[in-house]
Amino acid sequence: MIAISVDTPAESQKLRESQGYTFPILSDANRDVIRRWDLVHPHGGEDGSDISRPAEFLIDSSGKVRWVNLTEDLRVRARPEQVLRAFDSANAHGSAGE
Amino acid sequence: MKPSWNPRLWWGFALALAAMVSYPLFFARYAITRDFPWVTLLLLAIAIFLLATGIARAFQRPDAYRGKVAGSILGVLTLLLVGFFLTVIFYMARQIPASHGAPQVGQVAPDFTLPDSKNNLVTLSALVDSSFAPNGSSAPTSGAEKTAATVLIFYRGYW
Repeated sequence: MIAISVDTPAESQKLRESQGYTFPILSDANRDVIRRWDLVHPHGGEDGSDISRPAEFLIDSSGKVRWVNLTEDLRVRARPEQVLRAFDSANAHGSAGE
Repeated sequence: MKPSWNPRLWWGFALALAAMVSYPLFFARYAITRDFPWVTLLLLAIAIFLLATGIARAFQRPDAYRGKVAGSILGVLTLLLVGFFLTVIFYMARQIPASHGAPQVGQVAPDFTLPDSKNNLVTLSALVDSSFAPNGSSAPTSGAEKTAATVLIFYRGYW
């Protein structure tokens, strides 16, 4: 599991330490990836800058997207069970030699 | 008879504040009370009921209950605050632009390389083919432990 945000590496490291997160947090400070993936939320940041909208993807070992969740409500994000179900189904397909 | 104190006004106001403060601090942490905030809405309904009945008796039986002025002020204040709160959680939280160009199921995820929080460059295509060790360094593992998939989460940031 990896996360991406527009925060700088230093800010993300502070968050990882304060929250005890063990997953890596990548920094897309230039918004390059967020733009390329069409996930920009214009002026969504606290200071009016462009940020990423919330989005979750499950990507298999061949690099293909297996599941995607693009919420329309900031309060409603993917739940861990949802992600695990998607993971299980990707795994099943994978071992079936699909 | 001297009019007595009208506690419903103050309990109603206090409960409305508590309901709105407890949502971000507590109830929003759990999907069951966040996605549809039924606990918060229930508390707000009780708060407004207390205030409304408190105001009603202050006006209908001014000989028995105080609170015409305080009740009016607290009532208006509560309605404004609750209105703002509901606007934020039911309207403003939904103002997310739609994404039509995001990678869809079945498509290959566009590759990228970005620095992690320790400034090590991470490339998606290299990552999905290996498991990610908890310390944040990518390390290929044996076939049995190989990850079937990688969860990639885009966050709003600004923590």
